[in-house]
Amino acid sequence: MTKVVEEKREVTIVFAGDSGDGIQLTGTQFTNTSALFGNDVSTFPNYPAEIRAPQGTLAGVSGFQLQFGSVEVFTPGDICDVLVAMNAAAFKVNLPRLKKSGTIIVNTEGFNPKSLKLAGYEASPLEDKSLEDYRTIQIDVTKMTQTALVDMGLGKKEVDRSRNMFVLGFLYYMYSRDLSPTEQFIREKFTKNPLLIEANIKVLRAGYNFGDTSETFTSRYNVKAAQLPKGTYRNIMGNQAAALGLVAASKKSGLNLFYGSYPITPASDILHELSKYKNFEVKTFQAEDEIAAICSAIGSSFGGELAVTASSGPGIALKGEAIGLAIMLEIPLVIINVQRGGPSTGMPTKTEQADLMQAMYGRNGEAPMPIISANSPSDCFDAVFEACRIAIEHMTPVFFLSDGYMANGSEPWKFPSTASLPSISVKQAKERKEDDATFLPYKRDERLVREWALPGTKGLEHRIGGIEKEWDTGNISYDPENHQRMVKVRAAKVAKIADSIPLQELNNGTATGDVLVIGWGSTYGVIKTAVSQCITEGISVSHAQIRYIEPFPRNLGELIKGFKAVIIPEMNNGQLVKIIRDRYLIDAKGINKIKGIPFSTDEIITAIKEAEETVKKA
Amino acid sequence: MATETIDIQLTAKDFVTDQEVRWCPGCGDYSILKQVQSILPDTGVKKEDIVFISGIGCSSRFPYYMNTFGMHSIHGRATAVASGLKIARPELSVWVITGDGDSLSIGGNHLIHTIRRNFNMNILLFNNEIYGLTKGQYSPTSPEGKVTKSTPMGSLDHPFNPLALCLGADATFIARAMDRDVKHLRDVLTRANDHVGTSLLEIYQNCNVFNDGAFEIYTDKGSKVEEALFLEEGQPLIFGADNNKGIILNSGHPKVVRLDDGSYTADDLWIHDSSDRYKAHLLTTFFDNPSLEGHLPRPFGVFYATDRFRYEEALKDQLDLAVDKKGKGDLDSLLSGKNTWTVA
Ligand SMILES: Cc1ncc(C[n+]2csc(CCOP(=O)(O)OP(=O)(O)O)c2C)c(N)n1
Ligand code: SF4
Ligand SMILES: [Mg+2]
Repeated sequence: MTKVVEEKREVTIVFAGDSGDGIQLTGTQFTNTSALFGNDVSTFPNYPAEIRAPQGTLAGVSGFQLQFGSVEVFTPGDICDVLVAMNAAAFKVNLPRLKKSGTIIVNTEGFNPKSLKLAGYEASPLEDKSLEDYRTIQIDVTKMTQTALVDMGLGKKEVDRSRNMFVLGFLYYMYSRDLSPTEQFIREKFTKNPLLIEANIKVLRAGYNFGDTSETFTSRYNVKAAQLPKGTYRNIMGNQAAALGLVAASKKSGLNLFYGSYPITPASDILHELSKYKNFEVKTFQAEDEIAAICSAIGSSFGGELAVTASSGPGIALKGEAIGLAIMLEIPLVIINVQRGGPSTGMPTKTEQADLMQAMYGRNGEAPMPIISANSPSDCFDAVFEACRIAIEHMTPVFFLSDGYMANGSEPWKFPSTASLPSISVKQAKERKEDDATFLPYKRDERLVREWALPGTKGLEHRIGGIEKEWDTGNISYDPENHQRMVKVRAAKVAKIADSIPLQELNNGTATGDVLVIGWGSTYGVIKTAVSQCITEGISVSHAQIRYIEPFPRNLGELIKGFKAVIIPEMNNGQLVKIIRDRYLIDAKGINKIKGIPFSTDEIITAIKEAEETVKKA
Repeated sequence: MATETIDIQLTAKDFVTDQEVRWCPGCGDYSILKQVQSILPDTGVKKEDIVFISGIGCSSRFPYYMNTFGMHSIHGRATAVASGLKIARPELSVWVITGDGDSLSIGGNHLIHTIRRNFNMNILLFNNEIYGLTKGQYSPTSPEGKVTKSTPMGSLDHPFNPLALCLGADATFIARAMDRDVKHLRDVLTRANDHVGTSLLEIYQNCNVFNDGAFEIYTDKGSKVEEALFLEEGQPLIFGADNNKGIILNSGHPKVVRLDDGSYTADDLWIHDSSDRYKAHLLTTFFDNPSLEGHLPRPFGVFYATDRFRYEEALKDQLDLAVDKKGKGDLDSLLSGKNTWTVA
């Protein structure tokens, strides 16, 4: 029977199962294949908090959501078209995300009495009338996989492990996708075990063929390639992009990269990634704790390397005192915070933007420092590169704020060439001859930046430290006038960075109007989508996503003045909104979601409409 | 320890800065400063290749008085800062200056981890058994029952035995010296500097303001001969007035014997061998309260020295190996990754 091919503009799928089901791998494969095909994609993995929560339980459900389209997509999607559930628990947790009339694909074996009980079902939901609103495709994936692999001499465990390939193959059929990228992936992943290569490819094809031969579908779907800007693309995750950005900054500055870190979710992947790049002279150091991690980075920076340390909120708290030291020393240092739900241990695997105030003010004394954030997974590359540039060129520690959402999310990236990246200029103090004037470690240039004076350079012997420095000489000073002057000059140095960063642009909308939505960080995609939609509905709304939070771009105040109302959606209890209110004395309104999950487009649209209404009433 | 040598002979004066030294008059830190300044010219290392890194405490002011590169960092973290510097610049001669509170209380974690990684650096632990800078609270090396500002009824903490702790962390060099025995201090400083790997030198330092006389028993002419045991390589463990006492190993247990009553001769004694880890361990246990009857004398000198790979060198080897195997990293191919597609 020939099947009709139906065109779709965009599709959102959520894959869900036990954390041992290979859900993340399945999602990533579908993503890569779709990206290679030319779709725009955006993904959002949702990990369980425990590594191996008891099998089949609600706590153990791992999810991977992706949206792919023939148009540009900026978010992993709000509600899903398709739910793939490997067991009853995964079904229960994710059903609320599925749209009415959506498609459910289930592994029936995951709905056996034991699984049902673990998920808290008295009777199988698959037999429930409420499912009539959806299209349910029931497959005994476990059995199909076993049948496909019969006589291959594999153990039950290995057979069950490849179940996810059956589902993937099935979806590839459903969305008219090519199997070869995944087959290639399987070949590389199991190079050492030809039997597993054969098995996984067999199951993948079995899934595909099942779609073809079974009478499940009356139609297949096609999501055409997106009209992305011309160029060559790859798919990339945020943490990976951050790692590459650091390597690029190392190359463009000519400085070796030092990365001192202590493992913590969701920052560890940057450490894993960088530790693979030893042939780029990247030195990774897994320190005994976060304090040692940043202190070793300070030592490396003192020695003249591009020094970076990363953590998430709890670890950043531990680094606080040492960040203050770096501010006093006025040496380059990049501090990455991949934010997660807090306070304390909070929600380690969930996303949040609640460490902005910590970055801004979380130190003793007057200790200002630049803060940069990224807008999306691929933007982590540019943002961290900028953080390195500012740190080196302005001799200061710099915060780069990422979050779990963009760190683990992925999207297509039109990657740059090395040649197209700006170079980073490094100014180190030169050797002194006998008759040269004495070296003054805290003498500043017109940007108020001091020179980087490396050990090993003749005539530059000097001592620095955390005690207040005397103007120019850097010697210890408790002089009251000197302290005030030094506090002011350190602040002025950071403020002056505004001269070397781009002006704030609008990401959408007109330069003046009723409502301005200001965002920062990973809310970019959802605000972009919501504002676009509102504009098509005729609402007067614009969007500015701020990457440079300290100092702000010089024109931000002017830009804000062009609007009657300002709303600031954040995944926290209101942080940027306080800074904006304080800085520009405006009545900005916070839109806050603190659930460990990103905003949906509708939530932002509702907020925009409310703001618009208030403006109209006034 | 840097290897490049200098053409002009430096003197101790070259290592003096123009900063006024601010320790209390009579503080043991003065002597240590002077001995370090006086041994450096003979190490042959250029001034600009030497870095002193300290934490916080009276002792940690040290770098300001050394005309080399220096960093007065934050409390307890000097070893961590120095570790990063050694990774960045293995060729530099790096010295860590730390107090008993700095290295064993707030910085205890970094100390043991630095030691096990065996970076090639020298750690000088100024032990005055008190918190000097914060004006006299007990420290992790203060003896039990110590009455201080924060322990009016006596300290309840059992003290650390610093050298045993460091050996437990697999130190490759441990030694002890004291501020008042300057010649011995200079010798041990030189040996610490010559050691390739982390050398941990504990220096008994008198804080004459908050803990005066804590080590008097080892420095005072009258008691020193009976209480201090100077370790010399290949020599028997002898001490006492007219060298009348020695130490034997009696079924693996150290025991003080007399050499002047005919029962033992020097040939029967324990011979110091700093390459012997078991003997070194025993030596660290010579840590009795000197007021106890039958206690062992306190050893000074180099307890233990061994060779083990240095973290920074091993890291460099890995980087070189990675280049050998994969070729020098090409940023463009890293940026493009393996799977790309083109939108025309
Ligand atoms: C984070 C932090 N906590 C506490 C202090 C206060 N503090 C400064 S030095 C010191 C103890 C110093 O004792 P020690 O290391 O033995 O050095 P000493 O002064 O005896 O040479 C303390 C508690 C500090 N500077 N920083
Ligand atoms: S307080 Fe003690 S350790 Fe500190 S300088 Fe004075 S005498 Fe020396
Ligand atoms: Mg002390």
